[in-house]
Amino acid sequence: MTCMQDLSKSKGATTLERPSWWEERAPQIRELKFTLYLLRQSPLVVVGFALIGLFIGVAIFAPWIAPYGPEQRFWQLPQQPPSWQFLFGTDTTGGDIFSRVIWGARLDLVIALTVVASAIVIGSVLGAVSGFLGRAYDEILMRITDVFLAFPALILAMAVAAALGRNLTNLTIALIVVWWPTYARLIRGQVLAEKERLYVDAARAVGASPRRIIFRHVLPNSIFPIIVQATLDLGGVILTAAGLSFIGFGAGAGVAEWGLMIADGRSYLFQSPWIATFPGLAILFSSLGLNLVGDGLRDVLDPRLRR
Amino acid sequence: MKETPLTENILEVKSLKKHFPIRGGVLGRAVDYVYAVDGVDFSVKTGETVGLVGESGCGKTTVGRCILRLTEPTDGDIMFEGRNIVDLKPSEMIKVRAKMQIVFQDPYASLNPRWTIKDIVGEPLLLNKIAKGETLRRRVLDLLTLVGLSEDHMNRFPHEFSGGQRQRIGVARALASTPDLIVLDEPTSSLDVSVQAQTLNLLKTLQANLKLTYLFISHNLSVIKHMSDRIAVMYLGKIVELGSRDELFEKQLHPYTQALFMAIPIPDPAYHRRRVVLKGDVPSPVNPPSGCRFHPRCPIAIEKCSKVEPELIEHDSPGHVAACHLAGQQI
Amino acid sequence: MPEAILKIRGLKTYFYTYAGIVRALEGIDLDIYKGETIGLVGETGCGKSVTSLSIMRLVPDPPGRIVGGEIIFKGEDLLKKSEDEMQSIRGSQITMVFQDPMTFVNPVLTVGDQVSEVITLHQDLAREAVETKIDEIQDKIVQIDPSSPDRQRLMERVKELEAMREHPPKASRGEIKKAALHRTIDVLKLVQLPDPEKVVKQYPHELSGGMRQRVIIAMALSCNPDLLIADEPTTSLDVTIQAQILALLSELKKKIGASILIITHDMGIVAETCDRVGVMYAGNIVEISETKALFKKPLHPYTQGLLRAIPKLHEDIKNLEIIPGSVPNLIHPPSGCRFHPRCPFRMDICDKEFPPLLEVDPGHSVACYLYPEKKR
Repeated sequence: MTCMQDLSKSKGATTLERPSWWEERAPQIRELKFTLYLLRQSPLVVVGFALIGLFIGVAIFAPWIAPYGPEQRFWQLPQQPPSWQFLFGTDTTGGDIFSRVIWGARLDLVIALTVVASAIVIGSVLGAVSGFLGRAYDEILMRITDVFLAFPALILAMAVAAALGRNLTNLTIALIVVWWPTYARLIRGQVLAEKERLYVDAARAVGASPRRIIFRHVLPNSIFPIIVQATLDLGGVILTAAGLSFIGFGAGAGVAEWGLMIADGRSYLFQSPWIATFPGLAILFSSLGLNLVGDGLRDVLDPRLRR
Repeated sequence: MKETPLTENILEVKSLKKHFPIRGGVLGRAVDYVYAVDGVDFSVKTGETVGLVGESGCGKTTVGRCILRLTEPTDGDIMFEGRNIVDLKPSEMIKVRAKMQIVFQDPYASLNPRWTIKDIVGEPLLLNKIAKGETLRRRVLDLLTLVGLSEDHMNRFPHEFSGGQRQRIGVARALASTPDLIVLDEPTSSLDVSVQAQTLNLLKTLQANLKLTYLFISHNLSVIKHMSDRIAVMYLGKIVELGSRDELFEKQLHPYTQALFMAIPIPDPAYHRRRVVLKGDVPSPVNPPSGCRFHPRCPIAIEKCSKVEPELIEHDSPGHVAACHLAGQQI
Repeated sequence: MPEAILKIRGLKTYFYTYAGIVRALEGIDLDIYKGETIGLVGETGCGKSVTSLSIMRLVPDPPGRIVGGEIIFKGEDLLKKSEDEMQSIRGSQITMVFQDPMTFVNPVLTVGDQVSEVITLHQDLAREAVETKIDEIQDKIVQIDPSSPDRQRLMERVKELEAMREHPPKASRGEIKKAALHRTIDVLKLVQLPDPEKVVKQYPHELSGGMRQRVIIAMALSCNPDLLIADEPTTSLDVTIQAQILALLSELKKKIGASILIITHDMGIVAETCDRVGVMYAGNIVEISETKALFKKPLHPYTQGLLRAIPKLHEDIKNLEIIPGSVPNLIHPPSGCRFHPRCPFRMDICDKEFPPLLEVDPGHSVACYLYPEKKR
């Protein structure tokens, strides 16, 4: 101890000032800038970002953008074609499709974020512990995820939603049930790979406990694939939620949900195509944007390509 | 300064064995074993550098890892500063770990790519409750200065550094808890020649100034020669020869040691020497040969060599041991 | 005066990256003579691997690009050739052995398939097919009862085939396969693989590192190349196996007459296997010489520093001398001679312009202002 202090004094240690918050985060900021630069390179990804931006912007600013409320009905003006008063026309009950699409964006964004966030949290914890502990715990968890993954997503979601009852909360729960195994598997795979890495040994050599190793060392290195998967899944959830509502398992009648709106407009596809088309386009563009960005992130975040 | 240690031998390894099970079948039973380390004995005096040299599969890295209990030994005793550490509980081990550190071979893989240098070098300080917060920053800076890095390196990620710099960071981390013994596992194998020279000089300086003991593991005999006081040669899980550096370089007793010396390319075209090139491949430690493990490749093997395993005993000078029935004979 | 099979003049290869333009090679001049083994030695980032990739036109594009110079091989500039023309040259006239034997071989093909592929791709095996048939029939003749009438028939067939040797008919697929296999076994014997008939049926992971490296050397030699480029061929191998491979390369050198370019960072390997050596630093060749002369009298300060920094098995040195500073950033390299910031003999002129590669002693050239050109 004293030896080292002597040495540093003789070498003239610099006096330290506590760095600002910005300076502390400088390396992460540099990383972010580099990532954004890489993302900018692909025109498709830029388009994707624009679409997502539009989606989120519309969702956030819905109360200010939408000319009418989601429940507002102009009973006397059903199935009106698009006009200045009703930009996307009206549906069978006289609701303004333009407003309802905007309100639907908000709804779907909330559902998508809730589902993906919950799935990540549940899946990560289970997957990380399973991967790290290995052996029996791992086997059991893997068989459980096998069961869940054996069902096609839509069927499983339908089953859960049907069992719980038809409303949006239950729809969300059903989707979480469908989605968490993917993250458990993903994280488990990452943890299995990372725990063999040398820096984990180094951490053990300096005395880190297993819990510290999982949460402070391994998990932070496993997030890149999660980011990619999450982005893609946001799009997937929107599609599935719409699909379920279309069949009748999600949103209750009258709620401004894109899938439901398509269902309503299905029978009138040739008479009043706008009823189904605009919500359909909304689903298309939002999940397309998420997919493009997700793909772009997958390419960019691949550690081999970065250096 | 450091307190005089209680023992003259800071490390004693006795009959160390590590057998890795190879699992097969539905239930994952052990169908075979990799006899990575199969009975290794040696000791390290306080303040010296012992070099452990051998080719891939000889078990030298496993020995290093067992000493730190990064890998649990299958059998044997490890006496560190007079105390057997093999059966210590994790809570007791952490105090031992502060005194015994390791520098890994791959300077990139051994640093967490998402942690800054300050966090990496500071972790041992945190875990051993030596410092935190502002004091920790200061200590980390001291350590970095010690290895020739500076303040602006603290807040960066490992990938922003060259191989040589990363290895220095590894050394700084190893020094953080003021250890007495450092195991160096091929610390310069992935570095360029000039960077290697800088790193080796740094290690020597640190050893002198901080009174460190080194266990230097490498496959590069020239580097081992430069750094070590005593050298142990390993083959297929066992030590085949052990002696002081001068003795070993003066006369190699074991045929494998002789072949190893002859195999290394000498950077001097005018230097002429006998070459005997060993035939065959480095064997796998799964099914070691009977008797002396080296006998299938040994140019001077006799019948006894395939039947009776030779013991590691002295043959001429004290302290210079070899495990060979024909020790001293030239191949 | 030996004939030069490869002449590189002013080769410039740059890499265009996020951080800037990496000037990996900044005007390389190199001659490779017929039948010689020449080493290219230097540290990480000096450009030796990039040189070999540039010769083979395998520089990944993007981000790399050969921006200048010429590579004259057998009288033609390789840099002007089309990709198709390069493909026929690669693997047959100029071949390469890489560092890591595991990743270079295709793990899902047997050894036999892979070596045969190279042979089939580049060689016209019609004649070989005829030879193989002759061998087969002759084997049968030996086994057959001498009095049998079949024997007479078979011997006539052999005579027919021997007549066809000069103008062999187009061979069928099956015949080509057999012929390629025959040659494969021959070339595996050449690299001293034990039991080649067994090895051809094995997969790469069943072989040890040393054996795999021999297989790769076999692939590289199977078409009698003019130039074999070996990029760190023994770096990932154990020392005793390395000794075997280097001994093999020395023997093969005499048998096959190809020129070998060995790229390495190990001065020991250079001392033991190379006739001539080129020392590279930061994208330039700073010294070329016959091996003995280089070690006896290294001229360039970098070469001198390098030789002093190596721990030597056969000598006793207390402290390794280090070259102060570090390898420069190739995006913003130092002006003039790229070594000047670290050079103990730095002069004013050194940062102004890169010194030309001048012959100072016979066969010994240096790019350094310390040495004026030898007066003729």
